[in-house]
Amino acid sequence: MSETFILIPGRTSKQGCGISEGKFEEKYQREINTLQVAPEDMERLELVTGDRVRLSNETGQIEVAVIAAKKDELPPGLLFIAYGDLSSRLMAADTHGSGMPTSKGMDVELEKVV
Amino acid sequence: MSTASNAATNESSGELKIVKDATCTFCGCVCDDIDLKVEGHTITEAKRACILGKAWFLNHELEEGPSCLIEGQAATVDAGIERAAQILCDAKYPQVYGLSDSPCEAQRKAVGVADWIGGTIDTTTSVCHGPSGMAFQGVGEVTCTLGEVMNRGDMIMFWGSNPAESHPRHFTKYSLMPKGLFTPNGRKDRTCVIVDVRKTKSAKAADIFIQIKPRKDFEALWTLRALARDIELDGDWVERETGTPLSTWQDLMDRMKACKFGAIFFGMGLTMTRGKHANSEALLALTRDMNAHTRFVAKPNRGHGNVTGADNVVSWRTGYPFGVNLTRGYPRFNPGEYTTSDTLARGEADAALIIASDPMANFSQAAREHLASIPFIALDPKETPTTRAAAVAFKVATYGINSPGTVYRMDDVPIPLRPAFDSPHPSDFDVLSKLERRVKEIKAATF
Repeated sequence: MSETFILIPGRTSKQGCGISEGKFEEKYQREINTLQVAPEDMERLELVTGDRVRLSNETGQIEVAVIAAKKDELPPGLLFIAYGDLSSRLMAADTHGSGMPTSKGMDVELEKVV
Repeated sequence: MSTASNAATNESSGELKIVKDATCTFCGCVCDDIDLKVEGHTITEAKRACILGKAWFLNHELEEGPSCLIEGQAATVDAGIERAAQILCDAKYPQVYGLSDSPCEAQRKAVGVADWIGGTIDTTTSVCHGPSGMAFQGVGEVTCTLGEVMNRGDMIMFWGSNPAESHPRHFTKYSLMPKGLFTPNGRKDRTCVIVDVRKTKSAKAADIFIQIKPRKDFEALWTLRALARDIELDGDWVERETGTPLSTWQDLMDRMKACKFGAIFFGMGLTMTRGKHANSEALLALTRDMNAHTRFVAKPNRGHGNVTGADNVVSWRTGYPFGVNLTRGYPRFNPGEYTTSDTLARGEADAALIIASDPMANFSQAAREHLASIPFIALDPKETPTTRAAAVAFKVATYGINSPGTVYRMDDVPIPLRPAFDSPHPSDFDVLSKLERRVKEIKAATF
């Protein structure tokens, strides 16, 4: 059973440091492969840190591990992931005449991988 | 200009060297007060650098392996230049892209290459603050340097930007903490407001944090525009649309009108979200409106070390900041048509020159698949998904650490680089200079 969320990809300091250490290194890869979920949503969906979920939309789908966002950082219904290869796979190609694909605030379906 | 020939050379001996006031090129703050302790080819200390700057300097090591790969095989730089020139000159609709992590001198050469091959030149601005660039042309920019913000700013706002993680010294060096001529008490003389859809790590620094509904920046900014003109609004509508009570917006507007010098720094929370350039336009127009009451400025928080330089150099050379087509022998600007995400995703570009950027990791799947299907050249100090897929890959010296030049801070102030030690690899200026010369020769012979 999937549920619709709004996904916000963005910069993190770990991701920034990871770029300097190397994009193929573990620190960078771990950061861009981890999804932050509001604690209320984690509890409601019976998710625990390390569980894998599938995010999908009409553009593509990815599988990532989840972690509870720090208190108050995310309101329920919002997801956060560090920018990178995976978040970009959910980004549609259409730029609406701006050159910029819609890279934040994307509707995604979240489903626990069992 | 070549690699760091002016840097004191002690590589072979490994003895200690101090580089004073080195410039960090990781982010758009371009902090130029970093003292580096260098031992041989290793930077062991980066005094005053933030967490991102320390990672930038302390993880730097001279990359092993050849400076050039052609189809994955080691080659000389000259052979790589020849192959790259042939690819670009044979193409009908070549795309030149990247540039935000190269010095201005190299960016200038890249524009020259695009001009000679009749290609399209675009920078990472198009997937960063490109929509803001469109907004500047639409409504103008009331702006200033970061020095003015430091000396005068008493109302500091951040909208859709998280400098605590993306520009860690923004608060301490430029905007919130420093003591200035008219802000002698530093932080105590300033009110900090942060508007975002989530309570980021930057929110801890705010006196007022306003959490708005996702994808409602445009509505929130126009609410403030209306309040700036004392237009009566429906409180229920405002709260329903923005997620924030009208009274909160009114209180913010009262404070904005009462300040002496306000500054709004905005980020990709605006440009990457529904609305894009309309969001940036709304913020810039609000800033303009506020000057009927007090002094107010706006600045985009720029990400890469010399993305601001890329805007400047491409503007000097073509009249436009990004997304410029030169196929007809004169520049045409049209975001959405000549921007790289579009020319790749639509399958139009038939060759590409990618400089200091990683579209194979950050572009849409359609754009990546097309890029992988055409011959392209990549220049990067490190191995990336893009260099791995390139027909010709040049491993270049790291700007600011190994090679000199000029970069522009996010407020359009040019800053010189002070490299720490030489690299065995050529700089991107070296590669692009040779490439420009060779494509010019080929085009002249076939004209």
